[in-house]
This record gives sequence, structure tokens and C-alpha cells, in this order.
Amino acid sequence: MELTLWTYEGPPHVGAMRIASSMKDIHYVLHAPQGDTYADLLFTMIERRGQRPPVTYTTFQARDLGGDTAELVKKNIKEAVERFKPKTLLVGESCTAELIQDQPGALAKGMGFDMPIVNLELPAYSKKENWGASETFYQLTRTLLKEKVGSSEKISPLRWKELGRRPKVNILGPSLLGFRCRDDVIEIQRILSEQGIDTNVVAPLGANPNDIERLIDAEINICLYQEIAEASCEWLKRNFGMEYTNTIPIGIKNTIEFINEVHNKLDLPLTNKKELEHKSKLPWYSKSVDSNYLTGKRVFIFGDGTHAIAAAKIAKDELGFEVVGIGTYSREMARQVRATAKELNVEALITNNYLEVEDAMKKAAPELVLGTQMERHSAKRLGIPCAVISTPMHVQDVPARYSPQMGWEGANVIFDDWVHPLMMGLEEHLIDMFKHDFEFVDGHQSHLGHTATKTKDLINSDNKKDNNPKEGIIWTESGRAELTKVPFFVRGKVKTNTEKYAILRGIPEISDETLYDAKAYFS
Amino acid sequence: MSKVEFNKETGPREVFCGLTSIVWLHRRMPDAFFLVVGSRTCAHLIQSAAGVMIFAEPRFGTAILEEKDLAGLADAHEELDRVVNDLISRRPEIKTLFLVGSCPSEVIKLDLATVAEKLNKRFLGKIKFVNYSGSGIETTFTQGEDGALKALIPLMEDSNEEKLLLVGTLANNVEDRFKKIFRNLGISNVESFPPRQSTELPKIGKNTKVLLTQPYLSDTVRDLKHRGCEIISAPFPLGIEGSTKWFLAAAKAFKISALKVHEIISPLISRAKLALESHKDILKGKRLFLLPESQLEISLARFLHNECEMDLIEIGTPYLNKDLMKEEINLLPDNTKIVEGQHVEKQLDRVREANPDLVVCGMGLANPLEAEGISTKWSIEMVFSPIHGIDQAADLAGLFSKPLRRNQILTSKTLVTN
Repeated sequence: MELTLWTYEGPPHVGAMRIASSMKDIHYVLHAPQGDTYADLLFTMIERRGQRPPVTYTTFQARDLGGDTAELVKKNIKEAVERFKPKTLLVGESCTAELIQDQPGALAKGMGFDMPIVNLELPAYSKKENWGASETFYQLTRTLLKEKVGSSEKISPLRWKELGRRPKVNILGPSLLGFRCRDDVIEIQRILSEQGIDTNVVAPLGANPNDIERLIDAEINICLYQEIAEASCEWLKRNFGMEYTNTIPIGIKNTIEFINEVHNKLDLPLTNKKELEHKSKLPWYSKSVDSNYLTGKRVFIFGDGTHAIAAAKIAKDELGFEVVGIGTYSREMARQVRATAKELNVEALITNNYLEVEDAMKKAAPELVLGTQMERHSAKRLGIPCAVISTPMHVQDVPARYSPQMGWEGANVIFDDWVHPLMMGLEEHLIDMFKHDFEFVDGHQSHLGHTATKTKDLINSDNKKDNNPKEGIIWTESGRAELTKVPFFVRGKVKTNTEKYAILRGIPEISDETLYDAKAYFS
Repeated sequence: MSKVEFNKETGPREVFCGLTSIVWLHRRMPDAFFLVVGSRTCAHLIQSAAGVMIFAEPRFGTAILEEKDLAGLADAHEELDRVVNDLISRRPEIKTLFLVGSCPSEVIKLDLATVAEKLNKRFLGKIKFVNYSGSGIETTFTQGEDGALKALIPLMEDSNEEKLLLVGTLANNVEDRFKKIFRNLGISNVESFPPRQSTELPKIGKNTKVLLTQPYLSDTVRDLKHRGCEIISAPFPLGIEGSTKWFLAAAKAFKISALKVHEIISPLISRAKLALESHKDILKGKRLFLLPESQLEISLARFLHNECEMDLIEIGTPYLNKDLMKEEINLLPDNTKIVEGQHVEKQLDRVREANPDLVVCGMGLANPLEAEGISTKWSIEMVFSPIHGIDQAADLAGLFSKPLRRNQILTSKTLVTN
């Protein structure tokens, strides 16, 4: 048993719903009790979808358990097929149904329907949402392409040359409830098209079962979100020899590397290599004098694997931040995140306990957090600015405007989204210059609102709550007085650093002098 | 009884399960903690239903069953013990811990009662452990509150003191208003169940007169009766009519004259009628379809028809206790169609066919219906908003007039949708 107060990922059948809802002409019969219908609101409320997910729940009740729940499953499958007339049927079960072992997938297959049926076995007690999405997409691809395995030769990435047409690729992985997936697809298709590359199929988002059968018409696959598409890409490679890309085009460097990777695989010359670096405003905005204040800003990153790894690279190489922490809730991506952390000389945090994330965040004392909606809440509590870079998300992370994360426009969006929560350059310079003005006495509101903490509260709350090594350290009158003079927006950091210094040196009382010693030591 | 048409329907449902009651119960009793013993789905469900637990650590959590727990039950009990210990060491302020059963824990027959009993012995005098089921195979949405309250009844001490007990979670401000009005009527010993602190449980006995504030408390009512309490039969205090009859029923039980009641509440009624006017202008003649979810549907329909002059197409309710709803059903217009249970697809077919002006439904259905051009109101808002009492009648009407007003503003003037 695992004690959970909040969960980053839903159960695996929610992942299956993400695939079913992303696609057309598919219906999912889910053997589940009535409460499980809550999952519909993830799509209709968070994504503001105007359609219900294409899911029929069997809604079994306690009184059905004594009788024949298998009959109930069959009745619901029959009704769903008659009503929705899907081209492909997914059949699966939620956690409770798994326990009663009706095997709805096998039942469906025995009902004599003339359509492909995908039997989803998603172990609810050991796996989670992203795994469920990945497995569903993989099973669907496998089922629909099964008959074509072995019927053709290995697909060469250079086939487009023989066929005398532009190269074609598939874009795999975008789904509903993914982070800005719809806009990413538009951006990536545009970039590829500029390079003379056509998109054969985008899946699962917007695809129908016929499109899945057409996947092998393309030369290579673009694995856009590894969490969801890697298993399918690997299967397509194994069975049809289709190559797939590894670079995730988030950030300028990755986008360029991505374009190069696609070109290398297809043996296609870059048409406008020189122009590439000027496609986005990020590089210039980042170099502009106003961005000087971004130098070495300390950031803490937590999210799914794909977005966290990309964020680290952008933060370090493209914005000049210092990454002081990185982690993911996605155990499937732990290896890659650990590798990134190693390059950054930090310890990777692999956990699905948001309180551990909050603790790590507090210890790292960053100036900016890049996380999920939960880190936004935690950061708010700690008075740290935060930008959301990954699922799970909030309705406000599904904006009306075009807002990709990938490609050139994605880089622009990221620059704005990450920098806006911070105090802007000129603003920060001015505040620094005028810090002795009456405007900056305690109680003056910064844009952080009520979260900018007063010195007294800081000292008191720490003394009361924390059981860390700070215990026993006393702030003298002169020390407190000096700390009050430090502008409120850096006061927390100064305080922590000074205490750290005092512990290091075994100084039991912090006076004004200790504060200056610490300042010199850390500068 | 009016000529009400009753129908039953079975099939796929679109209704929250009883676990979701936790999201208002934990706010009502801040010293209590609700530990669901269930799956990742349960954790995800209450998290999604609560939006997100915003500023503080929530007072609910889930002990997620893992494969090793399913292998052997003895282990599951030990595991639960460990999780409870973890939780309590982290949250020493917890005074009452509800172990909440879920669908998977019901199916594997996890004996939470025995676990609670053992824990009660161990934490004697410090923390009370109770258990109930909020599982979706047995309960819908608001029935979770019924289970939670029923579980607390054995902890309530006996008392023969004469008192009025208001049963069902109320917003604090509504509770305060009610107590003041009862005091003015001459009933000063008024207590609430659930109380604002889980440790301040009211004492009950044969001189306790129970007045229900919510219609979904069948099991709680039964157990209160067993403890000797007298149940006052009344409609529910929604709108002017329901609230007036509710106060009158209470007064009668305390042998206070109806005249006195009218004297005290008539100024409130005139004020509320005035406030209702602007909402009535919008709601009058509009056609209403209520899908099942909160079990407040019948009372809401009665209010919206009798006081706001809406036309009723169909009233869905997940479960119907005709005995508890008797007074409400009597107030409904003739030929009202009530449908107990749900087949969501068939019901939505009827919605589309009837093309109502407003549909009351769960959150999962709201946007899809809006996209079809049908205004909606979420059921869940009724359990979170202070809607009870005469003073709140206009606010209650406002919850329904707002989507219609919005629809008028947007479609008639500024926006072309689709």
C-alpha cells in the first residue's frame, strides 16, 4: 500500500481513454463501476472538449456481482457497437473490474463482430496513466497492422527517392491531455513542410483506424512524445524496419538537432540551413541587454520526462540559468532524466510524492520553478515564481491562443512563459538601485502578492516548525535589524545562506557582522 | 399525492460515486481525515472532483492497493496499519480518521471495521477511527455523506435533553442563520450533525427531534430512529416554500404555533420574494431537464417550478426514497415525470428530443451539452454553495438564471457559435 495525497498520473485505463478520445471512429467499452465516469470530466472540463469521450462504462453495481457481470459486459458491448458503429473497438477494464476477472476483451472477441477488437490488459495495480496510453497505442497499432507484417520488405528511409516523391513521415505520440500537443503538431508539420517533407499520418491525435493501417506508407516515424509513442515506434522498427527519431524538438538547439536528424535519416539536404537560427526570437531575446538579469538564475525542474529533460537543456544553454534540481514522476523515463541530471551535476529526483518535490524545491531555494500544476501550488506556498511545463495540468494550461512548446514558435512561447513570472530585467535593476527607498519597506506588495514574507514571520516560522540543523541558531537584535534592511525579495535566500554559513562555522548567534561575513563567503 | 409518473431505468450511468462526498465533508470537519482504501483511480477521482487541493495539504488521501496487497489479505491489514501510522505521525492534529471503503476494497472484502476496531484500541482517547463505504458499486455521489454520518452515530452519547438536531452538511453561514431563526421561534437548543468539529458530536436520545437538511440520508435517519430520535417529516429547506414548511414542521414538533412562525419569517419571505423577481423574469416558462446526480433534483425541481415558474420535462434521480421524499413529491405539479436510475445514452436522447432550455447535470456532460446548444448547470455546485433557507432562495435561483442570462448575452449579441 502506498499513501497518496495527490497523484501526478491517473490509472492506466485513463491513459487508454486518452488514446481513444484522441482518435476518430474508435469506441472503448470499459468494464467499470459508475464512479469511474469521473474521467470524462478530464476531457470535457480541463480540455474544454465539446464531445464526451467515446467510452461506454458497464456501470456494474454490488448487486450485479452475485449474478452475471459477464452478461452485463456483453449487453453493453452490443449496445455500444449498435449505437456508435465504431471501426475499431477497444475493450478493457478498470481496477475494480480487473478483480472480478470477467475478461471483457475475450468476451467481445467471441461476439462475432466484423471489426478489429483490441483487448486491453492494463494492470491497474502496478501501472499508471502514461504506461496505459503507450500500451493502448501499441496494441492498437499492432492489431491494425498485424496482417501486413512480413508482407513487404523492410521500409528504407530512402524509399521516397525510388518512388519519385517528397519524403513522408508519421508524427507519433500527441494525444489529448498531453501538454500543448495540438499546437506542437501544427508547428512540427509546418517545419517539416518547409523542409520539403510531407506528413503521412499524425497519431493518435486526430487519426482514425484507417490512418493507423497507412502508417507504413511513410518512410520514417517521428517519436514526438516518448512516453506514448516509443513502444509503437520500436514495434514498427522491428516489424517493418521503419527508423524513428530520438530528438524532441523543444528549444532552439533541439529543434535544429531534430531537423538535422530527420534529414540525415532521409538523406535529404537541408534547404535553408542558414535561416534556421533566425526562425525564433528566443536567441536574440535571450541575448538582449534586458535579459542580463537572467544570468545564473537558479531554476528547479519537475515534470514528465520529455518536458523536464528539454526544459533543462533550454534553461542551461539557451537562457543561461543554473539548473539546481531536476526530477520526474515518470519512472519509465527515470534513466534519461538521471542522465540529464548527471550532466548538470545535480541529483535526479524520481518520485510521485509531491511533498518530496516540495521539500527538494525548498532545499534548492531556486528563483524559478518549472513544474506541473502541483509545483505551481507548492511554489506559491514558498513564494517562488513558477511556470507550468508539463502535465498534469489545469484548464489554464490549455490556452485559447496558439501556444506550442515545440519548434520555433514553441521557443518563443517558452521564453515568454518562463520569464514572465520573474521580475523583469529593468524592473529588477531599478528595484536594486532604489532598494533603500521607502517603497521597499516591509509590507510593500511586490507582484508576488501576499506571498512575500516578512522577516519576522520568516524567522518565527522557521524557529517553530523546522527540525533541521538550523535549530539552536539565534538571530541577535543586530542580526535581525540588518536582515530587515535586505530587500524582501531576496531576504529568504540571504537568511538561509547566513544560517548555512553559521552552521558551517559553528557560530551559535547571528549578528549583523555574521550576515556580512556570510555575504562575503558566498559571493 | 399528486399524479407523479415514476419510472426506473438501468444502464450505463454518468454519476459520481460516494467517495466524492469527502470533498465537502473534509471542509465541514477540519479536524477529521478521510483515508480512502482503494486504487489509483480512487485517488485520481477525488483529486479531479476537488479540482486540485489548492493551498494546503488536503485532509483526504488514499491508501493505494498494490499487487502485493491483493495477493494476501492478512498483509493488507498490516499494510493499512503502517499507512495509518505514517499518516498520523505526519498529521498529529487529526482527531477522527475515517477509513473509507472503495469498489476494490469492497470486492476483495477488506474488513475495514476490524481494522478500525484494532486502531481504536491502540489510539484510545487520542484518535477515533470509523469506517464506511463510499464505493461506486454501492453508493452514488451524496450517499457517501450518508455513510459517513451513519458511521459516527455509534460514537454519539445518549442524552434525554430536548433538542432540535439539524442533520446534513450545511454551509456555516446557513447554519448560523438557521440557529438564529430557531432561537427567535423559541427553539434554542439546536445542534448540527455533522458538527463543525468531529469531536463535538451531539448527544442524542428520545427527546431529540431530527430535522433533515439534505434528502440523501436514508441510512443515517434509520439509525437515528433506532437511537430513539424522532424524525420530523418535512420538505427540504430549499426556496421559500420548502423552508417555510420546514420551519413550520419544526415548530409543530416543538408545539410552537404556526402564527409565531409566520410572524418571524414573513419579513424574510417578503425580502426573498423581492430578490427572486429578477431571476424569475429569466427562468419563467423555461423548460428544465434534471439528470441524476446529487439527489437534490426533486427538491430543486419543486423550487424551480413552484417559485420560479419553470416547466419540468424530466427529473432524474440516482435513487429514490419515497418515504423521505414524500413531502416533496406532494408539492410537485401533476404529471411530473421522475426517472430513478439512469441509462445515460437513452436519457441524453430524450434530452435532445425535448430540447430543454436548461439541463442540470454532472461535470462530464456539461460542455458536450453546451456544444449542442443546451445551457447547463453543474449538480456539484449545489453541494458546495450555501443554497438552503429563505435568505438564500434568490442565490439558489441565481445559480440557474446565470447560464441562461449568459446564453442570452452571448448568442443574441456578440457571438456566433459553431
